[in-house]
Amino acid sequence: MNGLLVLPLAIPLITATLGLLFRKSSQLQRWIGVLGAVALLATAILLFRDVHKDGIQVLQLGNWAAPFGITLVADMLAMLMIGISAIMGLMIAVYSLYDIDKERERFGYYPLLHILIMGVNGSFLTGDIFNLYVWFEVMLIASFILLALGNSKNQLQGALKYVFINLFSSLVFLFGVALLYGMTGTLNMADLAVRLPEVENSGLVTTTAMIFMVAFGIKAAVFPLFFWLPASYHTPPVAISAIFGGLLTKVGVYALIRVFTLLFTGESADNDYLHTILLWVGGFTMVIGVLGAASHMEFRKILSFHIVSQIGYMIMGLAFNTAMGIMGAIFYVLHNILAKSNLFLISGIAQRLLGTFELKKMGGLYKHYPFLAVLFLISAFALAGFPPLSGFWAKLSLVKAGLSIEQYVITGVAILVGLLTLFSMTKIWLTAFWGPVPEKTPDHFGKMPLFGAGKLYILVIPVMVIAGLIILVGLNAQPLLELCMTAAEQLLDPSVYIEAVLGPQ
Amino acid sequence: MKSLILHTATRLMIGVLVLFSLFLFFRGHDEPGGGFIGGLVGAGAFTLYAIAFGSEATRKVLRIHPITLIALGLLSLVVSGLIPMFFAEPFLTGKWLFIEWGAFDTKLSTPLLFDIGVYLCVVGFIVTVIFSLEEEG
Repeated sequence: MNGLLVLPLAIPLITATLGLLFRKSSQLQRWIGVLGAVALLATAILLFRDVHKDGIQVLQLGNWAAPFGITLVADMLAMLMIGISAIMGLMIAVYSLYDIDKERERFGYYPLLHILIMGVNGSFLTGDIFNLYVWFEVMLIASFILLALGNSKNQLQGALKYVFINLFSSLVFLFGVALLYGMTGTLNMADLAVRLPEVENSGLVTTTAMIFMVAFGIKAAVFPLFFWLPASYHTPPVAISAIFGGLLTKVGVYALIRVFTLLFTGESADNDYLHTILLWVGGFTMVIGVLGAASHMEFRKILSFHIVSQIGYMIMGLAFNTAMGIMGAIFYVLHNILAKSNLFLISGIAQRLLGTFELKKMGGLYKHYPFLAVLFLISAFALAGFPPLSGFWAKLSLVKAGLSIEQYVITGVAILVGLLTLFSMTKIWLTAFWGPVPEKTPDHFGKMPLFGAGKLYILVIPVMVIAGLIILVGLNAQPLLELCMTAAEQLLDPSVYIEAVLGPQ
Repeated sequence: MKSLILHTATRLMIGVLVLFSLFLFFRGHDEPGGGFIGGLVGAGAFTLYAIAFGSEATRKVLRIHPITLIALGLLSLVVSGLIPMFFAEPFLTGKWLFIEWGAFDTKLSTPLLFDIGVYLCVVGFIVTVIFSLEEEG
């Protein structure tokens, strides 16, 4: 029993509430928003130490014993995810200080951001499948509003697609939960893990697993259910794009990892069948995503398609279903949240300077802002998997995992997709950074310094911190790889999780 | 809407509705009722007022901005959850306080505080929706 476990949920809620109370004062809102994110990061670190030292931490909410009440469970995977979401939350909160306009602030941007983070944290922590649904809804409702806030035409177009497809996926999710409940009479995930292997009709369990694959697949934007993502993620302000692109899809990936290691294992469902499908899905997601990115010429659209492509790698790691594969997938998620969000944030700075996201109208960033170019280069190379950056280790461990179980074809595809990723990153580099200065630029282009008057540094500092983390993870990958390995081992041995929640069996 | 019948009826009804909503709220402590349904009835009272006298007048009657109501509601929800943590018990555990007055024994508890939060959230939310619908058109 660890009482602190509720804090990653309570702190964002308190922050959001205070933000609502003081919504009149933009100054206070901003302070509350940033301080809330700092407090969240501090608790994440405290909790992380507990989990690292003493193993899986559990909290029975309201003191109701396990299969009946709602349980919060923090294993290593959940803690790594909470840690990264707390870091991103803080970076985005700081970036928003400059990026978000007064109008959005007035409509409660900061409270919504924190509610979104609460939903994300809740999804990571909960040990109850219906509660997971609730947290998904919390997250979705906040994201609907964040996406539509501002009311511009293309925003509403994007938001509409996003809302419909996500409501559909929630519905599918709910069907799956109902089937699980019908089969086992419980919703607690640890209890489900105990009872699902006892279900006689294992075909139905496999079917339910497929339903969950569809539901979470839509949220994670895997092939063939990804089309809503590139249609909506490039519409809101950059800070929102970045947190959506970095975190939200990864919650879908997290949910997939969780259910396919805890609930639908070889003992309860037809594992070969499920993992073959996952493998194909992963492969297609990688390829289609990267091809989509290659065909576009808008900064944020390219990045959106790359989100899809990168999700493929994570699904592939999960489909390998070995400790090495799952470790690679987890490491990939962490690395990708850093690199992808950072690229979005950089696209925002470039847009501030050049006034557009269209690559054809961009250019000259390298000449006038070499430091920004370096920051872009770090994140883009990390995404493509260049040594010694974080992406290299992520790809390396996945490739190693693939080779060790003789999945040569998909491993080859993964390497090829890495090259294509590099291609579209080079495309951005060649036009926006190395290209000639366009004829029409905003007046401040070239004159507004990154540090100094104009306060652009509010945007640049979070980008620098994230780029620093990417380099740090790249140069010193061993500790994080070991943590991911611990997480993967915990996932592959569900008995530890079950014992932590339900007590000794 | 200008209607003598509606105006008169609303003036009579609103007190009854608010009282009824409080009745439902407190009854929910041990019997069917509670913060959600009480809040709905309470919000119904203000909705009726808004239909009869317009949203401007209702804002004055309500005194507190509905979004502040939501915020206060959320705050009381969180606080009710956090109180047991000071007694080293998990979040949301029910803590009770019995006060004996002789004739009226009072039971105070964190579930009550939680319910107050729900009540405020529901009222605040519905009134916000009604106001924005009213003011858009």
